[in-house]
Amino acid sequence: MSSNYKLDSKIPSGPIESKWTNHKFNIKLVNPANKRKYNVIVVGTGLAGASAAASLGELGYQVKAFCTHESPRRAHSVAAQGGINAAKNYQNDGDSVQRLFYDTIKGGDFRAREANVHRLAEVSVNIIDQAVAQGVPLAREYGGLLANRSFGGAQVSRTFYARGQTGQQLLLGAYSGMMRQVDSGNVQLMNLREMLDLVVVDGKARGIIARNLLTGEIESHEADAVILASGGYSNVFYLSTNAMACSVTANWKAHKRGAFFANPCYTQIHPTCIPVHGVNQSKLTLMSESLRNDGRVWVSKIKGDKRPPAQIPENERDYYLERIYPSFGNLAPRDVSSRQAKFLVDQGHGAMGEQAVYLDFENSIKRLGEDKIAERYGNLFQMYDKITGENPYKQPMRIYPAPHYTMGGLWVDYNLESTVPGLFVAGEANFSDHGANRLGASALMQGLADGYFVLPYTLGNYIANTKLEKVQITHDAFKEAASTVTKNTEKLLSIKGSKTVESFHKRLGLIMWNKCGMSRTREGLTEAISEIKKLRQEFHSEVLVPGASNGINLELEKANRVADFIELGELMCRDALVREESCGGHFREEHQVDGEAKRDDEKFCHAAAWEWKGSAEKEQVRHQEELKFENVKLATRSYK
Amino acid sequence: MSSATDKKNINLKLQVWRQKDGKSEGLFTTYDAQQVSPDDSFLEMLDGVNEKIIKNGGQPIAFDHDCREGICGSCGFMIDGNAHGPQKGTTVCQLHMRNFKDGQTIVLEPFRAKAFPIIKDLYVDRTAFDRIIEAGGYISSNTGSAPDANAVPIPKPDADEAFLSAACIGCGACVASCKNASAALFTSAKITHLALLPQGKVEREQRALDMVAQMDIEGFGACTTTGACSAACPKEISLINIAKMNREYLRASILKKQEATGGDMA
Repeated sequence: MSSNYKLDSKIPSGPIESKWTNHKFNIKLVNPANKRKYNVIVVGTGLAGASAAASLGELGYQVKAFCTHESPRRAHSVAAQGGINAAKNYQNDGDSVQRLFYDTIKGGDFRAREANVHRLAEVSVNIIDQAVAQGVPLAREYGGLLANRSFGGAQVSRTFYARGQTGQQLLLGAYSGMMRQVDSGNVQLMNLREMLDLVVVDGKARGIIARNLLTGEIESHEADAVILASGGYSNVFYLSTNAMACSVTANWKAHKRGAFFANPCYTQIHPTCIPVHGVNQSKLTLMSESLRNDGRVWVSKIKGDKRPPAQIPENERDYYLERIYPSFGNLAPRDVSSRQAKFLVDQGHGAMGEQAVYLDFENSIKRLGEDKIAERYGNLFQMYDKITGENPYKQPMRIYPAPHYTMGGLWVDYNLESTVPGLFVAGEANFSDHGANRLGASALMQGLADGYFVLPYTLGNYIANTKLEKVQITHDAFKEAASTVTKNTEKLLSIKGSKTVESFHKRLGLIMWNKCGMSRTREGLTEAISEIKKLRQEFHSEVLVPGASNGINLELEKANRVADFIELGELMCRDALVREESCGGHFREEHQVDGEAKRDDEKFCHAAAWEWKGSAEKEQVRHQEELKFENVKLATRSYK
Repeated sequence: MSSATDKKNINLKLQVWRQKDGKSEGLFTTYDAQQVSPDDSFLEMLDGVNEKIIKNGGQPIAFDHDCREGICGSCGFMIDGNAHGPQKGTTVCQLHMRNFKDGQTIVLEPFRAKAFPIIKDLYVDRTAFDRIIEAGGYISSNTGSAPDANAVPIPKPDADEAFLSAACIGCGACVASCKNASAALFTSAKITHLALLPQGKVEREQRALDMVAQMDIEGFGACTTTGACSAACPKEISLINIAKMNREYLRASILKKQEATGGDMA
């Protein structure tokens, strides 16, 4: 692939409202009897992967579904708390496909592709129907109809939820659909396997190399198409709300085989997480955005105020989100809310002098009663109590922003196909729908939209239009990839240095958090790049990975993942450095007006997609996909 | 409110079950966990012990874990004979060290059940649960075929009850706590969840028969309703689910329709 490769987004022509409908009619179909002759690999069994595997299995394709967990139900989508958006307008409050489309484009700070976002808003309504049909117990009103709540960045109530475990319930729906296909023989479950390479034959994705995490065996699997639904890369920060095993590895291996990585610097720092408690902390816990429906965010007006919250009188409290953003108040979007929390804490307004702000339910408890609050958020309050030892019914929660989601990911066209033909990317793993900031309750929507309603069409179109010769795992491309994986694994084990994998991950996390986190500068990013380069060399000469390559080896798994995070970290910093503007979650201190992000639409109204050049030593090449805004007018994003 | 600085760190002794793999014999090994912050989670305490083991050239203690916020169901082992440890309604990843005393000795063992073979140390294979779901723990509704989500209202009490059953995270604490290693609570929670909903009624009988049959095939024991499962469940799934499963099973055994045969079905 040459450096002057032209990114083609393949957006269908015609008015935006009919692009998807027309595209579905224009694409080629695979006859039902032929579908069973095709093999599809799905990597990841979260919302995007499980819904894709279930839907493709129902259509008759032969699917292999891979997950690193012992059970596919443990994929990290399970942890999503608050809800899922859909333009149902059940509340009669002015919602529509058009409004969800508009809110998402604006929420993403005009850095997402219009056509994809419109399709997402269109199919959002089908997702809720599908989930309910599967028996997902979404919250209901007394009349028996579905209930809604509000989420950030929207002025309508369009979020469907299942108490504080919407993710688990939707995932169990998709998982049960997939297990039904396992039962019928169309889906083969490949659990406890980690994808460690993508196999490309004649320029097309034709399989993967996976390590069997139980036996250590390096396995080859061939297919006619590969879907990556392997999630996001927030764990590059070490401390994040992601599960421990979340990694960029599958994506990164595909990147090294020719899939461009788009907008890696677009990361979401979620405003409401439980603050860091100490040096041994292994992960951060989110407190759902839904809490901001009834909770009020505040800090003391006095700098350096060490008083406990109960001793701070009402007139000395700064409800800063309500003050700065009167029309959205506590439901200002995530990037904006996080930034304001950081500004105020940096200025010395942190709760009792620490890195935290208050999320207070006192008024709501007075207004609605403790019972009502418990019914809405009981499990979240309980979780907070367990982690902190403090009772949020009696005193305000202390919260602080934490890495939560990554909008960047592998570049895909309208069909969700990457720059490697036959390699499709779904859910958080791709870059397409959220621009520079994702709105709350939109991740579940996108994962399920991709898996249930987009891929079954676009993947079929690829298969129908492509001449796919039979390939065997004895092909040289499989042998070469498998031997590369084996060599890399043996190399990590042979270093036998003195520093643990964890210690490297923590150091990488600190560099990323301090210099490529909520606020970025040219100077900081430049430093970070050289620090990460050194860290990479140190890792490959001094890491200590105990055990052997055969059998279960959890440290070896971690070492593989951290090696990839280190390389990704450098690319994130480079992407952030080149993007000389602020947009959404990407805040460059040099580009701001009154503390708000200042975009540069002249120079940066595009997605940046990076091309791997064969080694971590070589600088990656940056490609651009221009973004056209024909339906939503480019404007300064305001929630004031 | 207290900050981390005025809390005292504690020292503990751990007796941990070490077993190389499913075929090898296991034994207890003692480890020191020193200067543990009361704000650390139990797994963070174990991370610290593992870092020390690795630096000393040993093999870290293997345990399954992932989300560390009590929802993925990956973690779980016995702490002093209790699945997930002493705190009620809590997974081990959400158990914090402030629940332990300085100088305490803690015994860690894997979940023990014939249907949960040991993979290594505290790490067990619970894929039997997936096969129970595969046997019928779903509603057969192909993508794209669903009617409008509000087409069928569901009474709130039914929806709420279904939710409570659906809250099971599949961690296996119920099996580990049961003297018979029965999977009745896990299986019944799914049967109840789906039987309560109008969408789940079509396959209601077959589902109950198939899931119960699979539970037996996997080698789980019988239920004698002692309630140890529910007491240990981190999501506090109620014992009522088991009563409902028994009813569903009996009902299905009587009502199960024979498949129509004969005649021209073309």
